Amino acid sequence: MFNLLRIAIRNLIRYKRRTLLTASLITIGVVFVLVFMAISGSFKNMMVSQITDSFLGHIQIHKKGYVSSIDTLPLTMNMETQAIKKVKKAISNVPEIEAYSMRIKFGGMFSNFVETTNVRLNGVYPKEEIKTVPLFPERIIKGKKNIVKGEILVPELLAKGMKVKIDDIIVVIATNKDGSVNGKQFKVGGILESATGPGGRDGYIHIDDALEVLRMNEIQISEIALRINDFANLDVAYNKLRNILSKELNEESKPIFEVHTWEKLSPFYNIARMIDAMTFSIRLMLIAIVLISIMNVMIMAVYERIREIGTIAAIGTLPGKILTMFVLEGFSLGILGALIGNVIGVSVVYILNISNITFDFGRQTGLVLSPTVNFTDILVISTTVIIVSILASLQPAFKASRMEPIKALRHV
Amino acid sequence: MSLIVAENLSKQYISGEITIDALKGLSFEIEPASFISFVGPSGSGKTTLLNLIGCLDVPTAGTLMVSGMDVSQLGRKSAANFRGKNIGFIFQDFNLLPVLTVYENIEYPLLVVQNTPLKERRKRVLSLLDSVGMLEQKDKYPDQISGGQKQRVAIARALVTNPKLVLADEPTANLDHKTAYMVINIMKKMKDESGTSFVFSTHDQKVVGEAEIIYTLEDGELTERSDKGGDRHV
Repeated sequence: MFNLLRIAIRNLIRYKRRTLLTASLITIGVVFVLVFMAISGSFKNMMVSQITDSFLGHIQIHKKGYVSSIDTLPLTMNMETQAIKKVKKAISNVPEIEAYSMRIKFGGMFSNFVETTNVRLNGVYPKEEIKTVPLFPERIIKGKKNIVKGEILVPELLAKGMKVKIDDIIVVIATNKDGSVNGKQFKVGGILESATGPGGRDGYIHIDDALEVLRMNEIQISEIALRINDFANLDVAYNKLRNILSKELNEESKPIFEVHTWEKLSPFYNIARMIDAMTFSIRLMLIAIVLISIMNVMIMAVYERIREIGTIAAIGTLPGKILTMFVLEGFSLGILGALIGNVIGVSVVYILNISNITFDFGRQTGLVLSPTVNFTDILVISTTVIIVSILASLQPAFKASRMEPIKALRHV
Repeated sequence: MSLIVAENLSKQYISGEITIDALKGLSFEIEPASFISFVGPSGSGKTTLLNLIGCLDVPTAGTLMVSGMDVSQLGRKSAANFRGKNIGFIFQDFNLLPVLTVYENIEYPLLVVQNTPLKERRKRVLSLLDSVGMLEQKDKYPDQISGGQKQRVAIARALVTNPKLVLADEPTANLDHKTAYMVINIMKKMKDESGTSFVFSTHDQKVVGEAEIIYTLEDGELTERSDKGGDRHV
């Protein structure tokens, strides 16, 4: 095999210009795919991280049916003490869960004593919330980077519309699940930057204040947001949790809870899928480039060397070895293109990283692009290029191996 | 035992509605360690006959035994195997592989066809390089040596597997007078040293004059056999 590879490489060197041109084409394809994957991957990861780490969490648990009516924030679908205990027990059985935050979500009226408008609020335990969504404090663009009892974090757009500032006093009025209305004064503790996705424009108060506003005697939770220790374990944690909680049934033998990953909760998931689809399309283009260029060059190689094929066949070279010799040429071309492409691709990604390129996404500005290429990407791209190179060489190689030596020797 | 036995050997080519009888019922025998020449005008069937003996083509009718093996019905792979073990080829255009050096060209059949161990390979290649006087040129590529030198390399390549038979189709056609003589003498020397039979097809009187037995072909038929001693059979 090594001897055939040596001959194959010599034949590639023999047609230097053609080899370099073909290898360059593959190189450009590999570089393009690598850089595109690095940039789109970086953008996707950054956005996912922004969404999950600043308000959504990686996984959320609700009472069955809550998500489909999430727009109305129904207090009647909150989890009560027993249900909360069950969920906490389930969470304790999933080691991949790093932190969790219980939230009471409700809608109410927001008044600055001059004007009144609607508001959506989350009552949370500040420490647990920050552990679960660690980027949350970064969303507080003005005021204290925390949630304090008696204070409210007002969404940026609401604050602008209602012309409220830090330390202003406002009133939140809400109807509890029994239908009675209650109000409570809050000091504006901070202004919260808006985020893309459900709950991205909600205000925040301490959970004790929420209980007071809603006149709840005992705790009732609308949702439990979870953080996974490693994002790669998302599916593992989700499946474990779902298996445990799916066994919790009500009197009608129907599940009590529903578990969702961020993908089911955020519209950004569709953008992420679109990015994945684009990456896949780019990979298909790379496959096409490699397939066409290698096949073209190998067909030419066979056509130009018909007499040589006749000679080696006459000498006694078995058809299988002739086939291998040509396949190895395509394989070597693929390796060369993939190797140079990976080196240049990784270099381009490195240059992009040190260039600190920033971009805006929605209301989020100045996001720093930090493209990364992981070893798996390099391995997958290289393997794809090499396999496609071999496949592209097969037809011309097969033709060479099936050539009648007598006809090949007569070829002029 | 004869090295080659042909009985009523025929070869027809069909081109559209035209049938061409390239060989018409040839019968002959060739002994081991002989120096045989097939002569005749263009289109007489010399190359066709060599192709059949070399298992590059199959006869339409008749039988052909080479080295005790009926080669008239060999499949592609079996034919390649048989050629690799038993037959060496020398071509009019030398047909050296341009990407291999002189040494590597001679080594090729041992390396790729016969998988001979390195030590033995090296010994045989160097010995043949010495015999054909190309030892000093062993690291050159075919485009760096002359036509005569190329044919010497081709002879060495044909003999490196110790074949029982070497087939040479117009081996001196592309060589000048002096070089052609030198190549013929090398082939004769190799025949004497290795006991390999050399069978040529040629127009070249220099080659014809050196052959032990000369078969004359005309229109696909053997018309004459003449031995070097002067015996002629029509």
